[in-house]
Amino acid sequence: MSIIIENLTHIYNPKSPFETTALKDISLCIEKGEFIGLIGHTGSGKSTLIQHLNGLLKPSTGKIIINGLDITQKDVKLKAIRQKVGLVFQYPEHQLFEETIYKDVAFGPTNLGLSEKEIETRVRAAIEWVGLPFDEVKERSPFELSGGQRRRVAIAGVVAMKPEVLILDEPTAGLDPKGRDEILEQVKSLHRQYKMTVILVSHSMEDIAKLVDRIIVMHKGTVALTGVPREVFKHVELLEEIGLGVPQITYLMKKLKAAGKPIKEDALTIVEAKQEILNWMGRMKKC
Amino acid sequence: MENMIEISNLIYEYTSEGRESVLAVKNVSLRVRKGEFVAIIGHNGSGKSTLAKHINALLLPTGGKVYVMGLDTSNESHTWKIRQIAGMVFQNPDNQIVATIVEEDVAFGPENLGIQPKEIRSRVEDALGSVDMLEYRKKGPHLLSGGQKQRVAIAGVIAMKPQCIILDEPTAMLDPSGRKEVMETVKRLNKEESITIVHITHFMDEAVEADRVIVMEEGQIVLEGKPREVFAQVETLKKLGLDVPQVTELADQLIKEGINIPKDILTVDEMVRYLCQ
Amino acid sequence: MLRDITIGQYYPVNSPIHRLDPRVKILATFIYITALFIVKHFIAYSYILAFLGIAIVLSKVPVSYMIRGLKPLFLIIFLTFGINIFMTKGEIIYQLGPLDITKEGLFQAVFMATRLILLIIGTSLLTLTTSPIQLTDGIEKLLNPFRKIGVPAHELAMMMTIALRFIPTLLEETDKIMKAQMARGADFESGNILNRAKSLVPLLVPLFISAFRRADELAMAMEARCYRGGENRTRMKELSLHGRDFIASIMTLTVLAAVIVDRIL
Repeated sequence: MSIIIENLTHIYNPKSPFETTALKDISLCIEKGEFIGLIGHTGSGKSTLIQHLNGLLKPSTGKIIINGLDITQKDVKLKAIRQKVGLVFQYPEHQLFEETIYKDVAFGPTNLGLSEKEIETRVRAAIEWVGLPFDEVKERSPFELSGGQRRRVAIAGVVAMKPEVLILDEPTAGLDPKGRDEILEQVKSLHRQYKMTVILVSHSMEDIAKLVDRIIVMHKGTVALTGVPREVFKHVELLEEIGLGVPQITYLMKKLKAAGKPIKEDALTIVEAKQEILNWMGRMKKC
Repeated sequence: MENMIEISNLIYEYTSEGRESVLAVKNVSLRVRKGEFVAIIGHNGSGKSTLAKHINALLLPTGGKVYVMGLDTSNESHTWKIRQIAGMVFQNPDNQIVATIVEEDVAFGPENLGIQPKEIRSRVEDALGSVDMLEYRKKGPHLLSGGQKQRVAIAGVIAMKPQCIILDEPTAMLDPSGRKEVMETVKRLNKEESITIVHITHFMDEAVEADRVIVMEEGQIVLEGKPREVFAQVETLKKLGLDVPQVTELADQLIKEGINIPKDILTVDEMVRYLCQ
Repeated sequence: MLRDITIGQYYPVNSPIHRLDPRVKILATFIYITALFIVKHFIAYSYILAFLGIAIVLSKVPVSYMIRGLKPLFLIIFLTFGINIFMTKGEIIYQLGPLDITKEGLFQAVFMATRLILLIIGTSLLTLTTSPIQLTDGIEKLLNPFRKIGVPAHELAMMMTIALRFIPTLLEETDKIMKAQMARGADFESGNILNRAKSLVPLLVPLFISAFRRADELAMAMEARCYRGGENRTRMKELSLHGRDFIASIMTLTVLAAVIVDRIL
């Protein structure tokens, strides 16, 4: 078990006129190597939840155990937590500050107290992994690059810390379709190559449907639904009620099914939908 | 005069420090009629934003001409009139709001135009009503959501009584509900108040709502037409690094497999209709 | 999380003091401060205290808020009191170890401390009853006549408004950057002064870059809305003087006169 969350509750500004309960008694388990999609309306508690996972926030009550380490204990070193859990915030390119790309990516590993040699190995691997040519870019200023490239440098900065769990908060925000596809491809290959546990926060149901093993749906500080994408996206009405949707393709299949067509309504991708429809039409032709 | 905006053989070239010159817009010609809703799509770097900034004279052409209601943008004496006719809403909701409370920000434009205080008050009231933000008039902008901030920005432009609004990726930084708020407002302004809209976006579901779609790539217009015509060209759009609605892509794939349905299906309902015939 | 944090100490309530024209309040505060420094005898403080007392009552701001303004400056008041009471030469009335307390020292200490306290409370009253927007408008209008000699009144006011507008936004951004760097193992809390200063680089560099970018984008947005400086610009909210402003002005000047008279006689 990679991440165990037990009865996590978080209250902002307790005992003040601004008191709000952001997370209500959440209990969750995430397996090692799972690829999780975390979805929810703005204000559902997603940000609060992920910030607990790397120790930026401490629970009001409850426990969080990551790969055997109870990070909610009083005496836990923050360094230990950050070694285990890497968090990439929205618009991560806004945190770049160093003179060279090498130095910026090296910031994380340096803070972990690693040797020069180890740092270099990791920085090289991370920069190559995000698809940038190490030798060409290492001495350049991060601010010379385009927006999409800077974002990749920022992500490399977190990947270089070799976390066991990688959390990405809307990594495709503000990118065009090509940029979005590239980043998601890289996340997918990271998950496969390093067998990291990955938590992806996203607003795009289509992206989530294509990538994740399991979805966690948050609403008003609680877990409204969890399960494999096929299962979760069946609950169209519930999802719409809480301000979310399903992939366009899934809507299509549901409507076809409702019109009486003999197809499975749980297609999540265009490929699956095509197959289902062809099968149905093929059967029809035979009649 | 029919044309709100007329762009003739526009060329824009610039040099950044110590590097070669970049040709951001390469000989673009375009006409936008009064009351039209035009969407310009393209991946980042295609030149769409650069093109947009020529319409309200934030950028001046290196070659070619841009006319807004007949006024030449390269003529400095026209600049302020042009910017009142063609208002602009930008991508970052925060970096457009100047004042410490909403109604003061909406008043900013009219104040710059030297409008009398009483008239400003009524314009601010009307503008905030148009975008459904009247109840937030005394709030500080930092308390608003992204979608609300963009609506305030739109109100700030409407208060100047423009004929045309250019929106440069106004929803790129918003969540789905914010995007919905902004698109509904924009559509309403176009339909009910006949304001010409030029909407720059890379979200395809926003472009399908337009009267006309223009696709840009490397500083040139590569495709142009009604949404149906443009989105039916699935292969081309994908090669350009753009998206199509999932149902449109599915239609394209089914047609390749011999299923007899039209190429230009844009919505779920249309697909259902054609498949069930 | 950021809720309705008001910048400065503005206490929003409808009172006669709140409704005064900000120009009048700013000038009255200057006159008040001038009067405070002219005072020579304790009796004059009583005129000022009466004036202040009336203003506080009329302002409907709870006294606790007034006192709050004193808290951060408590150390300075204490030091002022201490230095004067122990360092003034004169007739010794008490001895505290190596330190002498003199009659003159006692007088000076109380005198200076009173001046300081009245100063702080008086200026607090200004910011408690005048919103940041009103203050900027007031300052702009007061500086306007000096435009002829080159004072950029409008530009200063615009700068102040924009700064006020972006303070909450920049605070939020600082928070985000801090969290992002902490997620990469940055430590802003431990270490000596030098270490902590160095650790601010990953916070300040992105913040400055972001601020410059914002400024650039904001300038473009302002130009797109036809901003071209203060010439021929109108204002939606215009400042106008009313009867109450004249009354307040007269009262303030009366107090100043009383203090001057007391000093001369």
